[in-house]
Amino acid sequence: MAAGVAAWLPFARAAAIGWMPVANCPMPLAPADKNKRQDELIVLNVSGRRFQTWRTTLERYPDTLLGSTEKEFFFNEDTKEYFFDRDPEVFRCVLNFYRTGKLHYPRYECISAYDDELAFYGILPEIIGDCCYEEYKDRKRENAERLMDDNDSENNQESMPSLSFRQTMWRAFENPHTSTLALVFYYVTGFFIAVSVITNVVETVPCGTVPGSKELPCGERYSVAFFCLDTACVMIFTVEYLLRLFAAPSRYRFIRSVMSIIDVVAIMPYYIGLVMTNNEDVSGAFVTLRVFRVFRIFKFSRHSQGLRILGYTLKSCASELGFLLFSLTMAIIIFATVMFYAEKGSSASKFTSIPASFWYTIVTMTTLGYGDMVPKTIAGKIFGSICSLSGVLVIALPVPVIVSNFSRIYHQNQRADKRRAQKKARLARIRVAKTGSSNAYLHSKRNGLLNEALELTGTPEEEHMGKTTSLIESQHHHLLHCLEKTTNHEFIDEQMFEQNCMESSMQNYPSTRSPSLSSHPGLTTTCCSRRSKKTTHLPNSNLPATRLRSMQELSTIHIQGSEQPSLTTSRSSLNLKADDGLRPNCKTSQITTAIISIPTPPALTPEGESRPPPASPGPNTNIPSIASNVVKVSAL
Amino acid sequence: MGIQGMELCAMAVVVLLFIAVLKQFGILEPISMEDSSDSELELSTVRHQPEGLDQLQAQTKFTKKELQSLYRGFKNECPTGLVDEDTFKLIYTQFFPQGDATTYAHFLFNAFDADGNGAIHFEDFVVGLSILLRGTVHEKLKWAFNLYDINKDGYITKEEMLAIMKSIYDMMGRHTYPILREDAPAEHVERFFEKMDRNQDGVVTIEEFLETCQKDENIMSSMQLFENVI
Repeated sequence: MAAGVAAWLPFARAAAIGWMPVANCPMPLAPADKNKRQDELIVLNVSGRRFQTWRTTLERYPDTLLGSTEKEFFFNEDTKEYFFDRDPEVFRCVLNFYRTGKLHYPRYECISAYDDELAFYGILPEIIGDCCYEEYKDRKRENAERLMDDNDSENNQESMPSLSFRQTMWRAFENPHTSTLALVFYYVTGFFIAVSVITNVVETVPCGTVPGSKELPCGERYSVAFFCLDTACVMIFTVEYLLRLFAAPSRYRFIRSVMSIIDVVAIMPYYIGLVMTNNEDVSGAFVTLRVFRVFRIFKFSRHSQGLRILGYTLKSCASELGFLLFSLTMAIIIFATVMFYAEKGSSASKFTSIPASFWYTIVTMTTLGYGDMVPKTIAGKIFGSICSLSGVLVIALPVPVIVSNFSRIYHQNQRADKRRAQKKARLARIRVAKTGSSNAYLHSKRNGLLNEALELTGTPEEEHMGKTTSLIESQHHHLLHCLEKTTNHEFIDEQMFEQNCMESSMQNYPSTRSPSLSSHPGLTTTCCSRRSKKTTHLPNSNLPATRLRSMQELSTIHIQGSEQPSLTTSRSSLNLKADDGLRPNCKTSQITTAIISIPTPPALTPEGESRPPPASPGPNTNIPSIASNVVKVSAL
Repeated sequence: MGIQGMELCAMAVVVLLFIAVLKQFGILEPISMEDSSDSELELSTVRHQPEGLDQLQAQTKFTKKELQSLYRGFKNECPTGLVDEDTFKLIYTQFFPQGDATTYAHFLFNAFDADGNGAIHFEDFVVGLSILLRGTVHEKLKWAFNLYDINKDGYITKEEMLAIMKSIYDMMGRHTYPILREDAPAEHVERFFEKMDRNQDGVVTIEEFLETCQKDENIMSSMQLFENVI
């Protein structure tokens, strides 16, 4: 229950008088306000700044420092005020929380200082209002990430003694700064990647002429040298790959990772070339395979942070790029079609088919304009000019927009996810608050019963166990209790509801029950089927016999309107002797009992709200003896 | 067709583009409707100030301090000084998380809103509370009768009572023990009428109501229950 509406609780309780004439049973006693004092102003001195507020304002949240008796520790007798040696700025927010029920997070405040203050005053940060919650969570996450980074870098400097050889190797591979050996390895591989790439390039350059033959590329002139270089590089790469494979914590994941695929693709051509002899058929394919050697350049991405970031950016903006491509394709097709039909008439036109026009359109739209295909008709020229103008628009303009879109959409997605997550969290909070409040009532009901039963047995020390609810809560629960009485129904939680549904649908009468009941088959109230209520008169003589049962029984008494003074299946009478049963709690009662046997032993005690007749203390002392076999009859 | 057609299309496209360019220069103004945006004056939220403390003290049975603390709580929740029905429902439903208290809140609102203007002022609030908490049993019963009598004609009919009863049972929600049956409110109404309606004419008048309630011990004792709420 929101504390803001705690102010309206007296009103709601007063309005409960509207239920009284309707109810057929007496109402439970109201919780007494034992320490009723006049509301007073209290002074809170926080580091010299004085705040004043009413006592009841602070008592709205009894589980915080200011709302409970914990603040008495800070009471200064000389000045008659509560002194806190804390930050007054944050205290302002804290006190506003008590006043308005909403906790705000000031933007200028440091997140960890704020968290500390909240922890000091016993306030959970989760109740920050929705207006400030997003900001709070953002700052908190940033802070946590920063802490994590700090911890990581700290950890990296420490030596972790208990790492296995394999783990050290993996760390060396991933982070070259850990040891000199790793650094050496890092530079060596980098060097060989560079050598390999340069050899691939130089291989194709025509090196001087051998006298007597045409110009040869260097690769063929110094083929042995290049082959040796290639072999050396591939050796290094293979060794590196195998070492990484060995050191990887999860080999399966490593094999699937992009870098390892690049590694494999980089060294495969060499081995395939070794395996394949100079077979003329496959030599063409072999040549193609050499192209893949250029992929070795991608191995540099391990050495370059920038390359990795670029790759990641492209990956994350894949959808935007895809859309750009899609719209370009649309425009290309449109213009190619138009140009084809426009140029169809002209003689010796290069626009032989629509796909042939694609080339013209692409060249024109990207403003390249090679000039190998030009339109000759007037219509073709008009459409061609429109094509080039629109090419500028389609390509050149969105590029900066897309670049800025990248960051905007990226952050927007993050915020949308955040909001979705927070929405779930918000709904969950509301649900939790609701169930919390209703659960609190059910819980305290049970506790209350326990309390009163214990009170009756006169064990004072156990009485105090249950007195943890605040006055406001007990008043609220009293209100709900009155409602239960008015309608003769009880609040239960969902699980019990399901349980009762299931059990009443498959319930059977206990044979030990009074035979008069078994002759009335239509007694049970099932949740699924409605039967006509039959009334039964339970003879008093049967009741004492049913008092002590080995099986737990829960009987409810549903009350109808007419007079039946002899019906004594009120709860108190079940515990009393039969002759004492002439004082039902609900006088006007023609009672139908629905008996549902629940084999589990609930530690239920009789509800204490009955006004025990003066003779009761005697019989009620039986309660402890039958505490484990208590018949709970809620005489509603 | 063929070349002629394409050239025609080209001409058409050129003309269209020309018009678009001209529009930009403002030469060819399309006739556009000027939407006179009436800046709707937001009706400033009605504020209400209660009568003076002394007058309220004369009208009710509360002490000055009690009135002060009541007003503080009231004003905190409703800074404008009056509660409309939706706010009232919102506040009241928070006390009954398991069920639906909106219908009963509606009836309650009507009972408190003595002058029927759709909003509860602090005076209505405090006068109502005074009756409920500090009034005689007679006054409280009259208040309850007023609550049940939805159309304020002096008679409680079965339909009115059924509506009230349903709204009370609605507040219990679904998860009740025993299972709430469909005809439970109706039955309750039947029992109520059997008890209250002396002359069996199908309506309960204020006299019948007062008479029956004053004879009923339970009701009389429960009326005293909320004496010490404030």
